[in-house]
Amino acid sequence: MTMNFYVSPEQQMKDRADYARKGIARGRSVVVLSYDGGIAFVADNPRALHKISEIYDRIAFAAVGKYNEFENLRVAGVRYADLRGYSYDRADVSARGLANIYAQTLGSVFTTEPKPFEVELTVAEVGQTQAEDQIYRISYDGSVADVDGFVGMGGQAEQIQTALGERWHEGLSLSEALVLAVELLARDPNGGQPTELGPASLEVAVLDRLRPRRAFRRLAGSLLERLLAPGDPTSDVPRTEDARPGIHDTLTGNGEASTGALAELPNIPPPTDS
Amino acid sequence: MIDAADRAGGAGMLPSAFLTPGSSSFTEFLGAHAAHLLPGGRALPPGTVPEVPHGTTIVALTFDGGVVMAGDRRATMGNLIAHREIEKVYPADEYSCVGIAGTAGIAVELVRLFQVELEHYEKIEGALLSLDGKANRLSSMIRQNLGLAMQGLAVVPLFAGYDLDRRIGRIFSYDVTGGRYEEHDHHSVGSGSVFARGSLKKRWQPGMTAAQAVSVAVEALFDAADDDSATGGPDQTRRIYPVVGTVTDAGYVRISEDEVGAAAASAVSALRKEVDAR
Repeated sequence: MTMNFYVSPEQQMKDRADYARKGIARGRSVVVLSYDGGIAFVADNPRALHKISEIYDRIAFAAVGKYNEFENLRVAGVRYADLRGYSYDRADVSARGLANIYAQTLGSVFTTEPKPFEVELTVAEVGQTQAEDQIYRISYDGSVADVDGFVGMGGQAEQIQTALGERWHEGLSLSEALVLAVELLARDPNGGQPTELGPASLEVAVLDRLRPRRAFRRLAGSLLERLLAPGDPTSDVPRTEDARPGIHDTLTGNGEASTGALAELPNIPPPTDS
Repeated sequence: MIDAADRAGGAGMLPSAFLTPGSSSFTEFLGAHAAHLLPGGRALPPGTVPEVPHGTTIVALTFDGGVVMAGDRRATMGNLIAHREIEKVYPADEYSCVGIAGTAGIAVELVRLFQVELEHYEKIEGALLSLDGKANRLSSMIRQNLGLAMQGLAVVPLFAGYDLDRRIGRIFSYDVTGGRYEEHDHHSVGSGSVFARGSLKKRWQPGMTAAQAVSVAVEALFDAADDDSATGGPDQTRRIYPVVGTVTDAGYVRISEDEVGAAAASAVSALRKEVDAR
């Protein structure tokens, strides 16, 4: 026999929020921060299941929480962006539109579905200058914040957020930004020894302001090592792609020779336009 | 008509088609969510289709380590020249290109869709499609267009790319039903293809360099333009030359106008020498 008890809406929402928050805090953190040449994404994530990925030419996505849920939202975001770019123009796809659609979706799942999504997302779009960079943080309940410069999500989010508030400033170079992010990710929440976070246990990507069209590149290999090494002069990503023929979504710093031939895939002009 | 993107952006959460897992294909997603955006997804009104611009000749040939594709710049509408600098050769992704002959409006729409299709797959899967995979995707997109083809709005592309596994350039031709045929060495489509193919047969040889292949392609188009009124020859007055692209392990590269202009000029002067010698 089932018994139905009355639960007040306030209590219901609070329970859901607690549930989602707990789920998100269980995972490891992700840091998104703007630097002088673009926007950097750093995750304590040694696995092949990505927390950071490309959505569109100048837009990328980072997430924490339950993998199947944010992967679903990532694919939806790519579909949304590609559909919008296809039916209007590539220039008409914006992070703001995408953040809105994520907020609407998370908001309605939070209020109408039996279980809220246990995810927190960041959508970032690189602009012409650092002041024009846009970073949006979207929570499990659909609330959106247009943030200035940096976001720390998941795990020890609050401590990271506070530290970033003190130490992040406009004009950081990429290597400075990455070193700062890695230091904060490695901190022990209980004040103990920081954990070892080498290039192999990190997922790092950038939206590079100076790249034409598709700005998203993952960083790995010796390039990432050099960027993180104290005293190494490498402070930004190279403008050329890896020489290796194949997909050019990752920069490893090995044999930088290829020109990245399709950097400027054209928008096809209508045939009768003169 | 409300556009699909608007519908998604307007009222509440993303429609379920966006959140359905399983497909990495943009055309499949469009078919499920916004079929009216697919070239073959629109019902044609009764009646005959008025005269519309048609694109003409495309040639492609392999060389040592890659493939070159070239297309003339003319679009015709019956006896008129609809456009004298249309581009009919496009990169499809970093390692492939597509040239289009047939109804220009639909062909250009198809190429745009194909470009998004390949990039969409790349972003969702984090990997490139194999060259055969790309050729098959294009095949199924043409098949969906069969209804339009039967109304006289046919599109017949030529697809070429660099096979990253076998490290060679490969060429694929199609028919209006989506049939896909791998061509060896060289191929041509469009109204001037008969003449271009004759030229390619005589001039193509194994082991050519990229530069040699570019001039053979430009000559083949010059020969096609000589006998086919719908194919545009090199326009030296306005400096309008064929669009020529190569695909190698370095990706798609469009050959510069100067280089193509020089190849066209040498084809013209070779003919002039023959005329003068008479």
